[in-house]
Amino acid sequence: MVLINTEKYIAEAKEAMKDSNLQKALSSFQHRIGPATAATYQKLPEGPELRLKAHDMRMRAIENLDVLLEVLADNIHRRGGRVFFAATAKEAVDYCLQVAHQHRVKKIVKGKSMVTEEIGFNEALIAAGIEVTETDLGEYIIQLAREHPSHIIAPAIHKTRKDIGRLFADKLGIPYTDDPPTLTQAARKALRAKFMAADMGVSGCNLACAETGHITTVSNEGNIRMSTTLPPIHVAFMGMERVVASLEEHDILFRLLARGAAAQNMAGYVSYVGGPATSDQSDGPQEFHLIIIDNGRSRILADVEFREMLCCIRCAACLNVCPVYGKIGGHAYGFAYSGPVGAVVTPLLVGINRAKDLCQGETLCGACQDACPVNIDIPRMLLALRAKLADGDKDWNVVRNSLAEKVAFQFWAWVISKRARYDRFLQLGYLAQKWMPGADGMISRLPLALHGWTRSRDIKSVAKASFKKRWQNRQS
Amino acid sequence: MPKPQPVTLFIQCLVDGLYPEVAEAVVQVFKKLNIDVDYPLDQTCCGQPAFNAGYRQEAKTAARHFIEIFEKSHAIVCPSGSCVSMVRRHYEELFAKEPRWQARADAVAAKTYELTEYLVDVLGVTDLGARYDGTVTYHDSCHLLRVIGVQQQPRQLIRYVKNTQFVEMPDSDQCCGFGGSFAFKYGDISTAMVAEKVKNIQTSGADTVVGCDMGCLMNIQGYINRNNLPIKTLHIAQLLSG
Ligand code: SF4
Repeated sequence: MVLINTEKYIAEAKEAMKDSNLQKALSSFQHRIGPATAATYQKLPEGPELRLKAHDMRMRAIENLDVLLEVLADNIHRRGGRVFFAATAKEAVDYCLQVAHQHRVKKIVKGKSMVTEEIGFNEALIAAGIEVTETDLGEYIIQLAREHPSHIIAPAIHKTRKDIGRLFADKLGIPYTDDPPTLTQAARKALRAKFMAADMGVSGCNLACAETGHITTVSNEGNIRMSTTLPPIHVAFMGMERVVASLEEHDILFRLLARGAAAQNMAGYVSYVGGPATSDQSDGPQEFHLIIIDNGRSRILADVEFREMLCCIRCAACLNVCPVYGKIGGHAYGFAYSGPVGAVVTPLLVGINRAKDLCQGETLCGACQDACPVNIDIPRMLLALRAKLADGDKDWNVVRNSLAEKVAFQFWAWVISKRARYDRFLQLGYLAQKWMPGADGMISRLPLALHGWTRSRDIKSVAKASFKKRWQNRQS
Repeated sequence: MPKPQPVTLFIQCLVDGLYPEVAEAVVQVFKKLNIDVDYPLDQTCCGQPAFNAGYRQEAKTAARHFIEIFEKSHAIVCPSGSCVSMVRRHYEELFAKEPRWQARADAVAAKTYELTEYLVDVLGVTDLGARYDGTVTYHDSCHLLRVIGVQQQPRQLIRYVKNTQFVEMPDSDQCCGFGGSFAFKYGDISTAMVAEKVKNIQTSGADTVVGCDMGCLMNIQGYINRNNLPIKTLHIAQLLSG
């Protein structure tokens, strides 16, 4: 079962804003990594314009996805790997379950992967009686706490070390401490045992390269490499968009990914995996499966307005600068993807109506696009989603959000298309505000839904004479 | 020196109806420069509120009205980065399927300028001989900064104002949480954002916050007023006309 909670955006956001620990953590994280990423773009040997070039590369890859995926799959087949194209989340999970059953897999170790969150992998395998252990420290913490990640790269950002100390004391049976090195050691010890006992390793895929036929995994803890080389079977999941054409392009995108994700020039551990271990290799899995997931991506690909979103390499740079994410954190977005990327991708994947608050609850400030290593125009797509909500859309099965709002805007359009009408309307506003409380030209309570503003702020009142009137008086 | 070309004012609805004194300050600024201004009386709104809410048909009605009124002008100047970004970036998109209108939209977009951009980049003016007693900080409004690319121009203009000390606030380029209807519909999130903005203004030690978009300033002012804080909000035209 995939958990979708997008309808609770406003309520969850409110909760998050009350949590002072979370607020502190989000602010310090954003202040640390946001500017640091921007600085690494400036220091690129090719200059910051490389982002634009990378955008073109990604667009080209997206437009040739069918060919690239075929080449990728062929190359992996040649090395003895298996490739499965999954149309839906269920197909992807079922395939993996089938492999697991074939080999009587009991224990899985797993590297961090957002796409497995998207398809509800952990829940499904655990339900089938298989133990699944997250091995990224942050993900491990989240799993022990039975929660969901709140940031793509820093999943446990909402937890303090005291929280983690209590959690480890409870779940790992160690004496309470909030000393990070001691806690890390405890996790390491617990995870070592899991690594040694696992009979399957599962990972995501940060990028795949068609030309060479490999997938790349990246981590800073070495846990993904261990998860994918120790157990006898490695199953990797990738969103079908995550492929690039050539090694040269791979190199560029990959450098940008490290900068976007962690303001690093290069992640600590980078693995290229192109198939199972060969007979002359002593390390590595005997079986390698790559599951390439569609799960709604073809529909995004088919729509020229949203195709650009498939350029995303899930680095989370946009989260690290988003002023809305900085206040509400990741859980409010109610699905695997949070922040600006989630605000566009989630409605497209789970349904625009049910995720309407994600694309409407943003200010269109544009910081995300500037931070994005592949320069994705997120604000443009937020606007396009809003247009679908405003008028409904057959292709995306969107029903109109609010007839009342539509009528209000039609009325507005009628008013502003003639100045005389507009003037009368302004005058009406001027008269109506006499019934609203306030002082010194400021209103302290607006009626009805408009009170969303005045709950915390005053608002300027309509002037007695508009500028137009003043201009006319000045001329005469 | 030949007399500079006249400018046509586009006074966005928010200023026209709520802050007419800001538009008067704009007139004053051009008067100082001995530049003639004209103000087409039929103008209303650029269409941004409808566009941002997704109502593109309605936004188009506004855009057509705007184009018809302003296409004869030599240069259109507006005291808002946000409205100018609507005209420059989004009109083209709105008329993507109507090439005739799109061509007209492009022509208008090419001669629509934000006030500080026009002063500094087109006219080459930075010193308006203004005077203001106070410590001033500047808030970068999102669309002016990220769509129009105006960052240094307002700062240059502020630095030339006599008796004014200019100080930067932390995160001056972070959104204030206005976002049009966002501030009403998602009032709690918007409030958290403006609270941080105001805290940053206070940290700077400024007694006055200056900006180029009344939307942001209305939001900031509303929060300051509710909390009785001793900070003034001013549109840059008001500072420069003094
Ligand atoms: S939209 Fe851009 S910044 Fe955000 S996760 Fe995707 S690639 Fe990274």
